[in-house]
Amino acid sequence: MRTLYLTFKYGAILLWSSFVALPFLWALTTSFKTANGVTGGATYIPWLQYKPSLEGWKVLVRSGGQGIDIVQPYISSIIVTLSASIISMALGTLAAYGLARFTYKVGFVKNSDITFFFISQRIMPPIVLSIPFFLMLQFLGLLDSIPGLILVYVALLLPIATWVMVDFFSNVPKEMDEMAMIDGCTPVGAFLRVVLPNSIPGIVVGGLFCIIFGWNDFFFAFTLTFTKTQLLPVAVVALNSSVTPWWSLSASALVSVAPLVIIAFVVERFLSSGNLAGAIR
Amino acid sequence: MKNFDIRIGGVPHLDDVSLEFKRGKLYTILGRTLSGKTTLLRTIAGLDTPQKGELTLHKKEFLSLPVWKRGVAMVYQQFINYPHLNVLANVTFPLKRAHVPKSEAKKRAREVLAKVGLSQLEKRRPRSLSGGQQQRVALARALAKQSDILLLDEPLVNLDYKLREQLREEFLNIFQGQDDAIVIYTTTEPGEAIQLGHELIVMDEGAVIQQGNPLEVFNSPSTIRCAEIINDPPMNILQGSIGGGDLNLRGKVTFPAPNHLKGLSDGPYLFGLQAADLYIGSDITGKVELSEISGSQTILHMRGGIGSFIVYEAGVHHHSIGSTIEIEIDKNRIYAFSVDGELICPPTITSGQGR
Repeated sequence: MRTLYLTFKYGAILLWSSFVALPFLWALTTSFKTANGVTGGATYIPWLQYKPSLEGWKVLVRSGGQGIDIVQPYISSIIVTLSASIISMALGTLAAYGLARFTYKVGFVKNSDITFFFISQRIMPPIVLSIPFFLMLQFLGLLDSIPGLILVYVALLLPIATWVMVDFFSNVPKEMDEMAMIDGCTPVGAFLRVVLPNSIPGIVVGGLFCIIFGWNDFFFAFTLTFTKTQLLPVAVVALNSSVTPWWSLSASALVSVAPLVIIAFVVERFLSSGNLAGAIR
Repeated sequence: MKNFDIRIGGVPHLDDVSLEFKRGKLYTILGRTLSGKTTLLRTIAGLDTPQKGELTLHKKEFLSLPVWKRGVAMVYQQFINYPHLNVLANVTFPLKRAHVPKSEAKKRAREVLAKVGLSQLEKRRPRSLSGGQQQRVALARALAKQSDILLLDEPLVNLDYKLREQLREEFLNIFQGQDDAIVIYTTTEPGEAIQLGHELIVMDEGAVIQQGNPLEVFNSPSTIRCAEIINDPPMNILQGSIGGGDLNLRGKVTFPAPNHLKGLSDGPYLFGLQAADLYIGSDITGKVELSEISGSQTILHMRGGIGSFIVYEAGVHHHSIGSTIEIEIDKNRIYAFSVDGELICPPTITSGQGR
């Protein structure tokens, strides 16, 4: 009976893992094919069934003509995503601390209402914001530029950052802030020295959400840029031409996903090593 | 003589309070939950602000100072420590904020940790310690500050019974060395209040209702409310009257008035009796409503002709609910209160009285 259960359990795990991993493996093998290799029937194993070539990968670094240079958009994406995430987390954490610790009341509007206003920004379909953002950036002269994109992404990522941190701060007892103040910290000092160090898991999670959302966004990268600045999702799509270049598409897909996968592995190790702050008894 | 004067009003949950604390003394504030003890402490620390009044520490106006400048030390009832720092760092935290040089801070911290018995645990994190140890860390941190005012808000209430007893003894030793400080300790347990302090302050519903030497307050509570708070189990209050040299309880039991009450004028009174002054005997009868065992005594909740009352019985005995028992009253230990609840005459204290 137990062996049956074990086989079932590991069989299910294997099945699901294959289901998840196969697209990546497929992309991996495809990226090493040439045009012929892709169209001439399905082949899986390199060197045995087809001749692997680096053509798909070379295209990514060649600029003009045959290939699209993916290196520049890659770097732009990194700059934009990191900057927007850091700014959003910084502002969002401060806002969340205010919402979690102090009571606001303007008319009938209370803390929970304000928090909801923040989160509700993400309920809107992004397309609603496309024209307003376009016009705003045009007015500021920031269309098709990195600062402009950072500005827009901060607006999009701030609600996420605030939302994650408000929840986290409400789990840090207020008494700790008070104790820090009694021990000689100003309120800001209490925040920086006591509350923040105990909220690191929250900061990691919030930062992760921001990075993932920022990196993957296609819509605003598309509408708000033309030629000078290009972000990764748009550059990958631009690889398309009359003949769909499956090989370079696969290569670029893998390259786009790689940073997130690496970050996810690193963070998962950190989170599960027990660095989560314990609760006050 | 450093004095700490409080004269405040306009704090929620706290009536106007006027108190004076002297340096080098340990004050215990006794009161039920929601009596305003915590609010008072928080006001002293600066976490709550009174609308009016003044707080003066030896001529220095306290109210204008924000929390972090007051130099007060406080221990909470929920063990509050900084989870991201180890024990030594926890204790040196306030010293570093006060710009004490690192080596001096560590030295002081180690001395204090030795005093509370935690020298071995310097490098540990608070969350890996037991409740009693965590509270000792909090206490060490408060002591290390060497502040003028040390506040303890029911620090032992979240610990088990045995640990509480042990720590109470240690507290007495620790506080001996605090000659300069004013120590204010709040509690809901009368026994703890009487055991610990030089001076006792009784609070109820936001107001100070009595203050003085613990034993004196215990033996002469100024009002019935105070008698209820300071006695555990609560003092029995029985309606009665004095007439013609006799003391009469609710019309059901009459006996000659005891000596210390002989001088009282005739009329209705409320008479108080501590549970320890009622025992198995033959004055009045009552039915057992509830029988509790506490330590090595039995506490009987009874109801009889004179009303409901509580009796302490030495030893552990079993009495079934509804059984009738005869109780004797120690007449020399009757308190006389006016119908309004004011103390008129306590029993005379003979040597060996008081718990």
